[in-house]
Amino acid sequence: MRAIIKRDFKAYFNSPIAYVLIGLYMLLLGLFFNNFLGLGISDFMSEFVVSMGSTLIIIVTILTMRTLAEDKKNGTEVLLLTSPVRVTEIVLGKFFACFCVFLVMTAATLIFPLIVIIAGKPDIMLIICSYLGYILIGAVYISLGVFASSLTENQIIASIITLVSIFIIQNIGYLASFFSGFLNKAFLWISVLSRYLDFIRGIVDLTSIVFMLSYAAVFIILTVRVIERKRWSQG
Amino acid sequence: MIEIQNLTKEYGRIKAIDNISFNVEKGEILGFLGPNGAGKTTTMNIITGFISSTSGVVKIMGIDILEDPVEVKRHIGYLPEQPPLYPDMTVNEYLDFCAALKKIPLKKWKSQKKDIMELVKVTHVSHRLIKNLSKGYKQRVGFAQALVGSPEVLILDEPTVGLDPKQIMEIRNLIKALGKKHTVILSSHILPEVSAVCDRVVIINRGRIAAIDTPENLSKSLTDFSRFTVTVEGPENKVKNVISNIYGVKYLKTSAKIKDNEYSYIVEADKNIDVRKPMFYQLAQQGLPILELKSLNLSLEEVFLQLTTNEEKEAV
Repeated sequence: MRAIIKRDFKAYFNSPIAYVLIGLYMLLLGLFFNNFLGLGISDFMSEFVVSMGSTLIIIVTILTMRTLAEDKKNGTEVLLLTSPVRVTEIVLGKFFACFCVFLVMTAATLIFPLIVIIAGKPDIMLIICSYLGYILIGAVYISLGVFASSLTENQIIASIITLVSIFIIQNIGYLASFFSGFLNKAFLWISVLSRYLDFIRGIVDLTSIVFMLSYAAVFIILTVRVIERKRWSQG
Repeated sequence: MIEIQNLTKEYGRIKAIDNISFNVEKGEILGFLGPNGAGKTTTMNIITGFISSTSGVVKIMGIDILEDPVEVKRHIGYLPEQPPLYPDMTVNEYLDFCAALKKIPLKKWKSQKKDIMELVKVTHVSHRLIKNLSKGYKQRVGFAQALVGSPEVLILDEPTVGLDPKQIMEIRNLIKALGKKHTVILSSHILPEVSAVCDRVVIINRGRIAAIDTPENLSKSLTDFSRFTVTVEGPENKVKNVISNIYGVKYLKTSAKIKDNEYSYIVEADKNIDVRKPMFYQLAQQGLPILELKSLNLSLEEVFLQLTTNEEKEAV
């Protein structure tokens, strides 16, 4: 698993992808930051992290679209699957490689809270909570992206699937407002965004952490299933 | 070393391979021969654990591939038809990655790496990106990948495809050399290759085994001097009359007119009787000189064609 993480992580930085992504991300966030500064809201930093979360939809899509799809296209899938490693290790390797790139990008964004800390007196705990939520939601999106890339060898299709599904799980909470009673609760419960907003408000709940992690785990397990199923396929 | 029992793989209603069984002994080079789409790659993919079988058993070194896939894969080096390379890595990085993936201890790998690179002659390109290498070098790097960790079993799917004649010779010699230490299964649709390299040949067609034997036996079993062509100078009728009266001749046909008064004939005789001598004397007596006599010796190529086309006729 370590070998796969190392290889994939390096591959991002050997190609322009990682740099272009980080550059694009910082540019977008810089623009947001500038806008937010002008608004003069009190919890300005946590509002900012919310917009970081919604920008992730594009970033994660580009980041994950090549993971398994590219291996299938290169034929390196054969190498991975005939090596003495379990499929779970392969998928986890792919996932953590993306996750590490994501962490590097997250580290780059720390410049914004740093500016705020230097210039003013923000609630540092709140910023830490927001970032925790942000990293967790990143993990969920990445697992979804890895899952989508296991479905096809075409990176474009993988990216569209990722984009649409992240959009759905991001916004499913809004559906809740159309219903009442059980459905309302159900939609709110599966909404990643409502949990994320809890973190932003400074509510760090163990159930929320477990919820986010299981969300990611479910997609990783599904990815393993997809690969296994293909090997057993009869058609 | 490798045991394969009643292996079947179905894709819907199509049987890609149908009830295949064979064994490979330690240190043997087994050739897998068949037309395109015969099931060679499917079989190899199952042996290496890349895909699963519908039914049947594959055992490598006595271990069932379904029971302990990770352990089995430790003993197999696989070179698929398309070498599984990462274009954006250098040869060095790629081989290091393969060693890490196969969990080769770092010390062991360090001493082994040089040998492998020299064996397949990629040392001088080790710092180049794989995407910039020629097809032949890519194939060699793929080969090096299969050798990482010096696995007991090597599975090579069309290892010489796309190489130039000199490279083909090199790879063949390499496989022969490797066959001394490793157990090798290689597939090919190039027949001279199989007869030059392999100890035994499995001919596979439409997912079924058409024949298993040594290359020599395979061509021997279907060749003897019971079928030959003979070119004789003299009037066609007279020659035919002489030959057909020889004891043992079962079939005679004019195959071509070469010149005026010079024809070649196809003769088939009883397998136990050598009709060549009496034919020579009798034709000489009649003043009909034999200009050429040639056995219709079946090369492995023709054996292969015969076996695979017979099967097709049966199927129809």
